Amino acid sequence: MNKPLTDIVRAPTRRQALVVGATLVGGSLLVGCSIGDILSAGSRVEVGAFGPFLKFAADGSVTVISKHIEFGQGNHAGLAAIAAEELDADWSRVSVEQAAANAKLYGNTMMGGTQGTGGSSAIFNSWTQLRTAGAAARAMFVQAAAAKWSVPAAEIKVANGVLSHASGKQAGFGDLLDEAARITPPEAPVLKDPKTFTLIGTDRVRRKDSRVKSTGAATYTLDVKRPDLLVAMVAHAPKFGAKVKSFDAAAASKIAGVVAVHEIPTGVAVVAENTWAARQGREALKVEWDEAKAETRGSAQILASFRDLASGKTAAPEKGGWKPFDSRGDAAKAAAGSNALEIAYDFPYLAHATMEPMNCVAMVGKGPTRLVFGSQAPTMDQINTAGIVKALPGSIQIETLFAGGSFGRRANLKSDYVTECVHIARKVGGGRPVKLVWTREDDMRAGYYRPIVHHTVRVTTDAQGFPATWRHRVVTQSIMKGAPPGMSGGDIDPTAVEGALGSPYLKATPIVDAQLIMPDVGVPVLWWRSVGATHTAYVMEHTIDQLARRAGKDPVAYRRALYEKAGARRHIAVLDLVAEKAGWSSPAPAGWTRGVAVHESFGSVVAQVAEVKLENGQPRVGRVVTAIDCGTAISPDQIAAQMEGGTCYGLSATLYGEITLTDGVVDQGNFDTYRVLRNSEAPTVETHILPSTNPPTGVGEPGTPVIGPAVANALLTLTGKPTLSQPFVKA
Amino acid sequence: MATTVDVNGRPLNVNSAPDTPLLWVLRDELGLTGTKYGCGVAQCGACTVLVDGQAMRSCQMPVSAVGAAKITTIEGLGGTHPLQEAWVKLDVPQCGYCQSGQIMSAVALLAQTPKPDDAAISAAMDGNICRCGAYQRIRAAIKEAAAGPAVQPVAAKA
Repeated sequence: MNKPLTDIVRAPTRRQALVVGATLVGGSLLVGCSIGDILSAGSRVEVGAFGPFLKFAADGSVTVISKHIEFGQGNHAGLAAIAAEELDADWSRVSVEQAAANAKLYGNTMMGGTQGTGGSSAIFNSWTQLRTAGAAARAMFVQAAAAKWSVPAAEIKVANGVLSHASGKQAGFGDLLDEAARITPPEAPVLKDPKTFTLIGTDRVRRKDSRVKSTGAATYTLDVKRPDLLVAMVAHAPKFGAKVKSFDAAAASKIAGVVAVHEIPTGVAVVAENTWAARQGREALKVEWDEAKAETRGSAQILASFRDLASGKTAAPEKGGWKPFDSRGDAAKAAAGSNALEIAYDFPYLAHATMEPMNCVAMVGKGPTRLVFGSQAPTMDQINTAGIVKALPGSIQIETLFAGGSFGRRANLKSDYVTECVHIARKVGGGRPVKLVWTREDDMRAGYYRPIVHHTVRVTTDAQGFPATWRHRVVTQSIMKGAPPGMSGGDIDPTAVEGALGSPYLKATPIVDAQLIMPDVGVPVLWWRSVGATHTAYVMEHTIDQLARRAGKDPVAYRRALYEKAGARRHIAVLDLVAEKAGWSSPAPAGWTRGVAVHESFGSVVAQVAEVKLENGQPRVGRVVTAIDCGTAISPDQIAAQMEGGTCYGLSATLYGEITLTDGVVDQGNFDTYRVLRNSEAPTVETHILPSTNPPTGVGEPGTPVIGPAVANALLTLTGKPTLSQPFVKA
Repeated sequence: MATTVDVNGRPLNVNSAPDTPLLWVLRDELGLTGTKYGCGVAQCGACTVLVDGQAMRSCQMPVSAVGAAKITTIEGLGGTHPLQEAWVKLDVPQCGYCQSGQIMSAVALLAQTPKPDDAAISAAMDGNICRCGAYQRIRAAIKEAAAGPAVQPVAAKA
């Protein structure tokens, strides 16, 4: 999701820290302060005796505080299990609480210390942190028991939340709470040998929120209730980049329940006593738009311009021209050579289309500004809010709720819908809570799509049919362009090429000439579950099958040989596992055709074999066998859930996903025109986890990008034809 | 305009404008927020409730059209309905936002077809979108619940 944050802020230099800090506090340089210090200044978050991640109650129950939002990925279960393992807690008495916004306490170590969830990093950036927190608290309880019982600490055992000694003495965490809280936490507590784990990696690590999410009791932003709550809806411009020219609120103001109409930077907001009145009020608004600076091209024109750049029909501009992202050997040779496979791929804009459209509750004008919503990137949301209300970012309070999906949409460098809500709440003032509600149409037409992407690939092969030269051109909008100081992507936006860059196939090719160009387009774009891999995995994996077919080789054997050349051991392991579990060496069930694909993203390697057939000319996907190497598996059940869900999300886009624009106006608005995968179209996913003792790696995103090429490769075998544009099924 | 609707076995007075969809009456006026807004045009199923035992999209039903019909929402299932237990047992929810609607559609299905085959599950559940893609577990949980004692029609209980 926000891999870019991950990549770019991972190791901020001192200068960048100062630049960010200076930007935030109005120009005064805070020498000697870390980003965490700067961004948490003004925060009132308090930390208990057991640190920012753990709380214990007198009844012995344990609360693990999650710095990451839960919007489906199951990370709350995994995070709690990491701490519970080191604590030797009773898993049935462990619950999870969402952390407040505070970059110093809850920064993501993969995002340069800003607080945020994304890049499939929740588990792996917390691994050592939560193990340490659990082990430290455990040591404090052991020491307290040793003092109370006058026995050596080394003789005390902890299991299932109970401390015991051979003498027969025993106590729970609650019994020793006061004594343990007074003990200084060890700075470097001894962590368990993973071989002795009793919880991690077992089927006992299950979700903690299934009950509240099966009874309607879970609270999402849309569900926030306050006695004096107002609901706002905003009339947005039909074209990106347009501004309000004038508006007439007379009719809207007459709707019963409408209390105010305000112009804000993104449009005109109708504020009402309830959702329906806000909606009726907005319907009655008359707004004229200034489209002088609007993007007025259609998506077909935008794609055509990308294709012309890739083919050379249009010369690249001097500024912002082609930039190499991978090169090896003599580039001129990559353009030459006969009998090349030359192919071009097109990918459309994609909406995230979370089940819960974007929304937010803000209170401005009385005490500290307070936000209540599903915040995926609290620090960014604090920074962007602080700029509007003129306060320290750290003073902006955020209560993070469950969110009804994100897939990247809720982590936005501009905090688009959040700042929209803050602007409205500021106009309302007095600290009165304002809930901004976007309809499905608002959400789908608001932009921040996975960008249109075009790839042109030209590959020549050696006598054995393996790639000898590989010329690759990628044309896409930059997701990271316009990021704050110290966070911009530079010449190469990594989110545009990740997955092509680093591909074992390129490593195995003697001559590589791979370049990227990022034209400006006025349609806002954003990371979308698995980000660059949404297209690079497809291009690399479908190209490889076409090359294997030309070479007359089996796609699994062909890949394996290239992985051997590239030294891609983990790829080989998941490929072998998936081939074995899918029965690759034996024929597919009657009527089905198999396709294989493998891709590494967010530190994990996923291989899939999909069984596909054509029904009424449309692809149907049945069994999908998945193998994943994600390092240490914390919750096998939730890893499987993410493979199931990620596969559906990827398949939905591959088969049906497409946002188009006509003359700058988005054509789709709801699920009747933006088709998504439905229940009967979902494949049956089997997940096999490669045993590993490495630290855990990503799970939320790596399951998404592999199904597309696996299906395309099955169709290639079935029909003999490649599939060079998505979606497969045109509206 | 004050009117009375029967929700989860209780007659409740509501004052929302007559054209207000039942969804927003349930959520904004009655505080029953388990029923979700997802699309507003009966495409996604997140707002599914039972109307006299039938699964209906509350976003498309004006409150004035409810009349004497008995409405059952996710809150009216009581929290330990066999489908809810199956949902918990199999950890069906991911983000969870669509699950109230999924469960209500499944309740209506099992009330009519206690042992549904795959085709019946598809017919009943294809109107409920899950963007997290929990479909495989939704199907499994319906089968899990269907394998247990017969599921009573909920509206009859009220």
